[in-house]
Amino acid sequence: MKLIIKNGRLIDPANNLDGLLDILIEDGKIAAIAENLMSADAQLVDASGKIVCPGFIDMHVHLREPGFEYKEDIASGSRAAAAGGFTTICAMPNTDPPVDNSVTASFIVERAKKLGIVNVLPIGAITKKQAGQELSAIAELIEAGCVAISDDGKPVARADIMRNALEYAKMFNLPVLSHCEDIDLARGGLMHEGYFSTIYGLRGIPAAAEELMVAREIILAELTDAHVHICHASTRGSMDLIRKARAQGIKVSCEVTPHHLTLSDEVVGSYDTDTKVNPPLRSSEHIEALRAALQDGTVDCIATDHAPHHFESKDCEYELASFGISGLETAVAVIMDQLVKPGALGINQMVSLFATGPARVLGIDKGSLALGQTADITIIDPQATKKVNPNNFYSKGRNTPYKNMELTGWPWMTIVNGNVVCREGMVI
Amino acid sequence: MNLEQRKDLLGLRDMSREEIELILDTAIPMKDVIGRDIKKVPTLRGKAMVTVFYENSTRTRTSFELAGKYLSADTVNLAVSTSSVQKGESLRDTIKTMEVMGFDLMVIRHAMSGTPHYVARNTRMRVINAGDGTNEHPTQALLDMYTIKEKKGTLENLKVAIVGDILHSRVARSNIYGLNKFGCEVRVVGPSTLMPPEIEKLGVKSYYSLDEAISGVDVINVLRIQKERQQSGLFPSLDEYARLFMVGSKRLAKAKDDVLVLHPGPVNRGVEISSELADSSQALINEQVTNGVAVRMALLFLMMGGVRDEINN
Repeated sequence: MKLIIKNGRLIDPANNLDGLLDILIEDGKIAAIAENLMSADAQLVDASGKIVCPGFIDMHVHLREPGFEYKEDIASGSRAAAAGGFTTICAMPNTDPPVDNSVTASFIVERAKKLGIVNVLPIGAITKKQAGQELSAIAELIEAGCVAISDDGKPVARADIMRNALEYAKMFNLPVLSHCEDIDLARGGLMHEGYFSTIYGLRGIPAAAEELMVAREIILAELTDAHVHICHASTRGSMDLIRKARAQGIKVSCEVTPHHLTLSDEVVGSYDTDTKVNPPLRSSEHIEALRAALQDGTVDCIATDHAPHHFESKDCEYELASFGISGLETAVAVIMDQLVKPGALGINQMVSLFATGPARVLGIDKGSLALGQTADITIIDPQATKKVNPNNFYSKGRNTPYKNMELTGWPWMTIVNGNVVCREGMVI
Repeated sequence: MNLEQRKDLLGLRDMSREEIELILDTAIPMKDVIGRDIKKVPTLRGKAMVTVFYENSTRTRTSFELAGKYLSADTVNLAVSTSSVQKGESLRDTIKTMEVMGFDLMVIRHAMSGTPHYVARNTRMRVINAGDGTNEHPTQALLDMYTIKEKKGTLENLKVAIVGDILHSRVARSNIYGLNKFGCEVRVVGPSTLMPPEIEKLGVKSYYSLDEAISGVDVINVLRIQKERQQSGLFPSLDEYARLFMVGSKRLAKAKDDVLVLHPGPVNRGVEISSELADSSQALINEQVTNGVAVRMALLFLMMGGVRDEINN
């Protein structure tokens, strides 16, 4: 089967491409990239006015299956990813049972393959049961398809365990993804500590709760010469630490989320539980620092930390509500509308952050449009304007603080393995 | 002007000075009703209100209930400890149940900040916040302001010191928002561990020294210290707290001669206020309670559409 994408602006930072280039896809692979490509027997996609990019990768997604299928499952999460313009997603291991063994990892891989919507790459747990005490069977997890390890949601409290994890993962060139949070300092916190936590009377989580652990991970990465990746970095201090460490050649990478880049802690004032997320929405000075870090290359990628929840765990008192934002279906539009449209981020930079960057962090052969490569492609319509309506989400999690917001710049088509899996928001 | 167009009273932060003045002015004839032989006016007959307290309370709950009764509203108290809440009923379901029984107004207290806001969004009933977590306690601040105004004749440009656990105090927040609207100089003082971040941005001056903070003030509002704060490591001992921050008769010399001392109750004698001062004529603790009924009557009256003639006669 052949597919030809014509008349679009092709952007592929990995190969330094940016121009009106057509792509021919044959048997799921990229067969040609050139101006004015012709093929009589190929199905035509007219991408005039659109932006054609390597398939976007979201390396931080909670698919909830197995164990929490009432929040999300691999099928609904995969459809949400396709609708959001992602061709590859990484599934965090905090399921029940957690992904601390090859059986659970294989289950996720098999299930995703059978669905055939987007690529789902599992992330294994750092420690057994994510309990922070003993290392998981890491080699086994890699064999089953895991591309990284993380105890996301449950930070590894013990420095000696984290050191061992980094040391061990280094054997396999495996990144260790760290959810940085000093549990004692953050305990009971509901939002960012600062002016607005004072006003709203909600217990604050100081930026220092994150930064303490970022500092620890950097020091341990230096000690072990291993690759640590900081999940959902959200503070100015984290960015300063990471920037400095990278300048020293320490192997630290990081991701930021669309919500930490665009929403400040002021929005918590409505006590809308959809604003409750961990790490919390920070103050505007932190947002500015994250945006600056996008510009200077300190940030490797944008990841959603897609955390779908059942409505009942959000339809309640603020303090009782679960932390998390359902992010897959709004991420691209939020970045397009809030950063690219006002000129705070170049479109090429955005493609880097959604495709090239995460592929580099994970060390996977994706995120570029090289000849012969699997045809995972994301096409964006920069003109499309739509209101966010969570009721139309493919995700089971409708918990989004962007609800009813009108955004410009949406994914137009998602192509995985040469197959069109989503067109104008409709998953096929 | 009335408060009928305002569905809920959730806090003083988003309330105008005019609205506050209206409530305080309306409370004057209400206090008169409380002093009568027959403490009942028919103005809210046919209206129904429910008090739902998820936290313990002596003053506030009784005060609301009595305020409703004096105005002839039908008042019901949902005893949370014996209700379906104990069977695990969600707040949402509890609210709906109250709503479909036909209540016009719900008074809610909850240990979690923002809960009255959540309730207000999810019901047709009017909602009054009777204290939510560490956010606001608007009717306490209103009765404090009423008490001050009654004694001082005005609220304009007074110096008011709030002493104690500012971090966890909803009384402090509501007082700050309210008093600021009248041009008062509000000072807050307490242990540094109980001072919220960036508090001065709320338009107050913050102090760690009690003597400095109360120097030349017209009013001192003493907050209750909760013993569990000491247990969670925020200060070393109640003795040390008392040594640094207990308001007693001797220390009052720094304040103006006619300084008023307020306390929202219940009092920890010998911790945040000396027993001697609590019982003295400078302390208005009992008058605050009486005024609380009057202010809450005013609020219920204004929010549920009472008829003024039925009060005056």
